[in-house]
Amino acid sequence: MRTFCPSQCDQSVERKRYDRRPLASARGSDRRRCPLLAACIATWLGFSSTVVWASLPTDMAQSTKAAAPGGLLEAFLFYTVAGGVVLSALGVCIAKNIVRMAVWLFAGLGSVAMLYFLLAANFLGAIQLIIYAGGTLVLLVFGVMLTSKSPWVRFDPPKVELIAAAVVCLALVVSLCTVLARTVWSSAEGIVPGATVAAFGERLLTTYLVPFEVAGVLLMIVMVGAAHLARQEE
Amino acid sequence: MTIGLTHYLVVAAVLFAAGLFTMMTKRNAIGILIGVELVLNSANVNLVAFDRYLGPGRLDGQITALFVIVLAAAEAALAVGICINVYKNLSTVDVDTATRLQG
Repeated sequence: MRTFCPSQCDQSVERKRYDRRPLASARGSDRRRCPLLAACIATWLGFSSTVVWASLPTDMAQSTKAAAPGGLLEAFLFYTVAGGVVLSALGVCIAKNIVRMAVWLFAGLGSVAMLYFLLAANFLGAIQLIIYAGGTLVLLVFGVMLTSKSPWVRFDPPKVELIAAAVVCLALVVSLCTVLARTVWSSAEGIVPGATVAAFGERLLTTYLVPFEVAGVLLMIVMVGAAHLARQEE
Repeated sequence: MTIGLTHYLVVAAVLFAAGLFTMMTKRNAIGILIGVELVLNSANVNLVAFDRYLGPGRLDGQITALFVIVLAAAEAALAVGICINVYKNLSTVDVDTATRLQG
């Protein structure tokens, strides 16, 4: 049984208060700003998904050339969604807080799903939303919650590293864009099928049967392995 | 104003660079994992864009992207398990402190 000692208790309370002070202020400011950020991202995602869905042809079975190539609507949609992708990717880069990084990643995954819809890959867009935004991201957030004493913990890298990484990444983007601008792709003007789910399943169970089964076995191995890794020690 | 293959590839390039920057600068293991997810997404955008513009209707790119998504989910599950183990042993997920295997 613990003995009660007033002086010790006072000390521990005092230390706790001292430890908490910087943390509390950071937590307060983050609490104020996080809902705002989440609300902005949710609004943007809702807006873009509504616009994309409204622009999709009503009869999905009919093949379309993805909203008529050269259409102003397609350009508008592409730049809106691409802007969202780039913005959320930069948000992931810049955010210091791991929870905020996860929120930005959610926005980025949603925007990439919109890109898939624009590319006439409806099934893949749905899969992206279900598995990535619904499964993988939740897993990551659980990882954040299980691996930090406080979700507001920050690890700041030295400035030199930041600058070096930024230079490398900017050089990469510039060189890639230069190469892309100079390349001429032999565009195959074919008919884009609107509804791809049936063809998707057929290809998956004929041409890609072996990788499909191997992926299933791999998922089972990973499930057992992850459960073993994360088990409670006796 | 025609949106072509190049537009999508530029978006994917920016996404890739952002993921690379995240992987290089974050110290939190989960943060590095988020960077990996960004890089995988950029590869997926490339695959689907090539599928749409170079071989429409063949679905090869889309099926490859599906496998990438499956592998990303498996990788995230294992990596989070490893992170939890590292946290149990070192009580932090700062990748600079996990040096026990260093020679």
